[in-house]
Amino acid sequence: MLDVKNLTVRANGVPLVSDVNFTVSDNDWLMIVGPNGAGKSTIVRAISKATEYEGIILINGKDIRNIKAGQMARHIGVLNQYHNVSYAFTVYELIRLGRYSYEGNFLSAQKDEDEENAIMEAIRLTGMESLMDHSLLTLSGGELQRAFLAQLFAQDPEMLILDEPTNHLDLIYQKQTFELIEKWASKPGKSVVSVVHDLNLAKAYGSRTMLIDKGKVVSLGTTEEVLTSQRLSEVYDMDVYSWMHKLLSQWE
Amino acid sequence: MKKKTESFRLTDYVIFITVMLAAMVLCICLGSVNVPIKDIYYAISDTIRGTELCPASHRAIIMSVRLPRVCCAALTGAALSICGAAMQGLLQNPLADGSTLGVTSGAALGAILSITFGMDLPMFANLGQMGMAMLFGFMSLVLILTLAYRLDKSLSTQTIILIGVIFSMFVSAIINLVVTFAGERVKNITFWSMGSLSGSSFENAGILLIAVIVFGGIILRCARELNAFAIGEDNARNIGVDVKKFKLIILVTVSALIGVTVSIAGTIGFVGLVIPHITRLIVGPNHRRLLPASFFGGSTFLLLADLAARTILRPLVLPIGVVTSFIGSIVFIYIFYSSRRKGHA
Repeated sequence: MLDVKNLTVRANGVPLVSDVNFTVSDNDWLMIVGPNGAGKSTIVRAISKATEYEGIILINGKDIRNIKAGQMARHIGVLNQYHNVSYAFTVYELIRLGRYSYEGNFLSAQKDEDEENAIMEAIRLTGMESLMDHSLLTLSGGELQRAFLAQLFAQDPEMLILDEPTNHLDLIYQKQTFELIEKWASKPGKSVVSVVHDLNLAKAYGSRTMLIDKGKVVSLGTTEEVLTSQRLSEVYDMDVYSWMHKLLSQWE
Repeated sequence: MKKKTESFRLTDYVIFITVMLAAMVLCICLGSVNVPIKDIYYAISDTIRGTELCPASHRAIIMSVRLPRVCCAALTGAALSICGAAMQGLLQNPLADGSTLGVTSGAALGAILSITFGMDLPMFANLGQMGMAMLFGFMSLVLILTLAYRLDKSLSTQTIILIGVIFSMFVSAIINLVVTFAGERVKNITFWSMGSLSGSSFENAGILLIAVIVFGGIILRCARELNAFAIGEDNARNIGVDVKKFKLIILVTVSALIGVTVSIAGTIGFVGLVIPHITRLIVGPNHRRLLPASFFGGSTFLLLADLAARTILRPLVLPIGVVTSFIGSIVFIYIFYSSRRKGHA
């Protein structure tokens, strides 16, 4: 459903990523991995139209430059790493905003009941019932991330884009988030593109992986094909395999 | 599960409107000469029906001084605070407002230039002045945001406020310079630095009413988008808000509305900052409630501020901006301190 061709993003003329090509099909979970500053987040920012870019990005064959904001939200939903919340909106109000692209004007608006059901379903899925009336300012980092995930589920896009959503969270929230998304992504017609730092997460959840370094694609394919010992050593400038084995062997 | 309503309920409207009307009645009755409440009714019905139930002196005070002034005060307060609420939501910043961002002084400069260089349209006195005020208000906003963006791409609170304050000082200097040289043609400097409602007429109130209905209506229609912006611009984009379009609509509308109020009442500071903040504490940050509540809260506040300005040292009338700035700056500091302490200024 997503088709990226010759994607280049520049900041003040300097390319952050150049000539990136990839596709994402239904029920794919594409992991984008690479060292700090490789351009992982830049790629997903381009896909979500949060930055200017050169090249072509197609969703279901349509250029995203020609897709209106409201329609775009039904194709793609983004979960960022951090949320700077300044005002005391309630969790319910946040989740309800996820339905923005469905509300439209009062002529095309869906029935109130349907809207309410979609919101309640998202709240139930993420287990936010007890926090529904809480202010966003009182939530922990993990709860806040879960509230934004619930907003995304209410939005119900075809594709989820995750930009290191669990990096700063406790393990329990990391587990919850990825399990929730895995369940969501198994529904027909859904797909996920996610930027991850943690190679273990890429291995555990990615159906395909794109390894990038210094703004260029080093390798793209199934996760097993891409994350080989040799490639990782070249990109990360260290013996990643031995290090991972050493860390994990502590648990045996 | 009970259905949730986000918008303002009828009972909320009744409460806020009652308070505002009570403030209006109070403001008509009190002043250098106090008039009894019943005379308000008599004066209005005398004017409509041509009867003579109200003493002539009271009727003159009510119909040609107090009533137009009260209408202007209520509408100006409503306009300023709805603008402040919109800016605070849009910029995700509880310290944003026409006066802290320099829009107000920019608009004042526009009005002064128009008066000084005689840019009035011959058939519509004041409209050239108003147009210039709106245009300069908008240009100031664009300039400040551009400068801030160049310094700091994340458009953080501190950068915008700092640049806004510096810009305001710069523009105030130019205003004072122009006023000094323009002499008689421009009303006195106090009007442009502290505001005044003393020249209010029904004509002014009519213009304000139209501006509030049109521009206030547009802002109210953007309540959902403002909610999205208030949570964060990235989030607004993610859920499908046309970020550029709505940002432009809201900025232009706010500048236009501030421009109209400045050309009629001068620059009255801090109303747009303080009222939305206090209202947010009462009704929450959801703009579907916040905007109407700020509307009535702002009008009530400015009515009482004007009453204070007229009565505290009577018969001396203080510039209304003195009262609003006095209260406003204290609340401003309080907000700044408490939000800093919570770590999300």
